[in-house]
Amino acid sequence: MATLEIRDLHVSVEAENGPREILRGVDLTVKQGETHAIMGPNGSGKSTLAYSLAGHPKYTVTGGSVLLDGEDVLEMSVDERARAGVFLAMQYPVEVPGVSVSNFLRTAATAVRGEAPKLRLWVKEVKEAMASLQMDPAFAERNVNEGFSGGEKKRHEILQLELLKPKIAILDETDSGLDVDALRIVSEGINRVRSTGEVGTLLVTHYTRILRYIKPDYVHVFAGGRIVESGGAELADKLEEEGYESYVKGGASE
Amino acid sequence: MADVQNTTGATTAGSIEVGTAGAGAQLAGPGTGRSTVQQPIDARVAVKPSYDVDDFPVPHGREEDWRFTPLHRLGGLHDGSAASAARGEDKIELGLPEGVTAETVGRDDARLGKAGTPVDRVAAQAYSAFEQALVVTVPKDAVLTEPVKIDVHGEGGVNFAHLVVDVKPFAEAVVVLNHTGSGTRAANVELLVGDGAKLTFVSVQDWERDAVHVAQHNALVGRDASFKSVVVTFGGDLVRLHPRVNYAAPGGEAELFGLYFADAGQHLEHRLVIDHDTPHCRSNVAYKGALQGQDAHAVWVGDVLIRATALGTDTYELNRNLVLTDGARVDSIPNLEIETGEIVGAGHASATGRFDDEQLFYLQARGIPADEARRLVVRGFFAELVQQIGVAEIQDRLMEKIEAELEETVA
Ligand SMILES: Nc1ncnc2c1ncn2[C@@H]1O[C@H](COP(=O)(O)OP(=O)(O)OP(=O)(O)O)[C@@H](O)[C@H]1O
Ligand SMILES: [Mg+2]
Repeated sequence: MATLEIRDLHVSVEAENGPREILRGVDLTVKQGETHAIMGPNGSGKSTLAYSLAGHPKYTVTGGSVLLDGEDVLEMSVDERARAGVFLAMQYPVEVPGVSVSNFLRTAATAVRGEAPKLRLWVKEVKEAMASLQMDPAFAERNVNEGFSGGEKKRHEILQLELLKPKIAILDETDSGLDVDALRIVSEGINRVRSTGEVGTLLVTHYTRILRYIKPDYVHVFAGGRIVESGGAELADKLEEEGYESYVKGGASE
Repeated sequence: MADVQNTTGATTAGSIEVGTAGAGAQLAGPGTGRSTVQQPIDARVAVKPSYDVDDFPVPHGREEDWRFTPLHRLGGLHDGSAASAARGEDKIELGLPEGVTAETVGRDDARLGKAGTPVDRVAAQAYSAFEQALVVTVPKDAVLTEPVKIDVHGEGGVNFAHLVVDVKPFAEAVVVLNHTGSGTRAANVELLVGDGAKLTFVSVQDWERDAVHVAQHNALVGRDASFKSVVVTFGGDLVRLHPRVNYAAPGGEAELFGLYFADAGQHLEHRLVIDHDTPHCRSNVAYKGALQGQDAHAVWVGDVLIRATALGTDTYELNRNLVLTDGARVDSIPNLEIETGEIVGAGHASATGRFDDEQLFYLQARGIPADEARRLVVRGFFAELVQQIGVAEIQDRLMEKIEAELEETVA
């Protein structure tokens, strides 16, 4: 069973006046089949955690460890992490001009699966996945994320999640920018992947509304660059009522 | 580190001059004029066109039309020393579809010198020094189903060449001029497109890394004729091409496509001139280039002149550059002169973008290794242009060529 173990993770970014520590000792274990919601106020470091796990070069790990089934994730390049089974659905997906979605998906699937998927099966697989996310087939011929609306970009991220079948899925604010219908469609996509029991999910969110569709096993409150409280799904209800105020005062990063 | 201006790309539209430095390589020194006031095209070319090399002074490098070219790498083509050096050899192989003729003729053949006059010293040098010209004729009404192939393989040394492609009225032809091998070469290419004829002329510069190649291509487009130029430059140390279009009568159409890939140290320069002096003609230019490596340098200058007589002109030109690494430099200068308001349309655009770290990260985060990610982006960048060429066989060959270039160089 795949397990992601984050131990005492410290991460800095290069700010104008030197390095600035954003993550200040994150501890978290995510097992295959589990869903963890990470909730916290703006600027608390949620995206920093997500990007650091994926290996974005902007973030420098200054301490701690991240292991996937005992393997040192921090030693891996970005693409090695993806091939090892770490998937990041980005808060702000990047436009890649000149590369069509269909070409991109196939190249990614080939890389992650280690061999090119059989063309006939692949075409069918993509078509079905797009249909279930209610994406117009015309998207396949468009350039990656180019001119996509916010909601379309998020569907495209979840499409990749469904096709790449990672061991650990980190979903950074996948709910933001979605209207109610899109939120339902995207959540159903995430639930399809979760229901296989093969993926550990780290659901990063600011709001509780996505938790109406996706029931987390654990909820963690993130503030000031670390997890300040953990609990079950009921913790989300408390956050819904009380907001983050009490955590921000206590754990402010400044 | 990346030059901030280029991380998002510099885009211009409008009739201004643009110099775009690749990351880490700022334009500097005299003659790089980011904001040079535009000059009329006629004024920019200081010397009148001429067939005689002696009518041109030896360029010193600050002239408007030479300011980007590293003269010391021209192998003496510009200062007479190449002309007095030993002549080299080149192997020419022809593939002629039925009905097409190819003749080797002397300097005094009446068919030479009809499409246009040399506009700079190197072109005039080529004209003054070539010994024999090749004249390829596609007869009237002939519609070729196969391309005419002219394979030039340089075997070192200096060569001065002259080629005439004469496509008679209502004929249709694809002519592929393919350059491989090595050497120092200056050439004039004349492309005569008869009334109602269609010519697609493809010039591929697939040179060895040390080759020097300077050529002027003059197209003269007849009444209601269509001319398509496809210029593909990958190889060579210094390549400077000068495709020019003139219209002999109304109704002509010219499309100029170009594709170049500059690696470390390569200087690839394309200077286009479209002279609209005839009513109701069209032109469309699209050049795309990728650059990578220290001191890879691409120069693109697109001059379009719409003279007062050219009523009903429709023209557009575009140049896009993709800078893959630090240390590369692009100078992209679209220039549009309009002397009449009674036109259908005129526009231009130039943009230089960087393949940035965020794009790379996104693709890598999907398991795609960095080198493959770069290839994916460059392939897509060029494919968009290749698809417009409209000759399937050429498109396939070009994509294969691009693929091979990518395998070799983008790592
Ligand atoms: N290059 C940088 N220089 C300085 N500070 C930075 C830099 N990059 C990020 N930060 C800071 O790091 C902190 C954490 O940012 P992060 O994006 O991880 O927050 P978040 O919890 O995802 O917020 P949101 O809910 O708005 O998405 C913020 O205060 C942000 O301003
Ligand atoms: Mg965030």
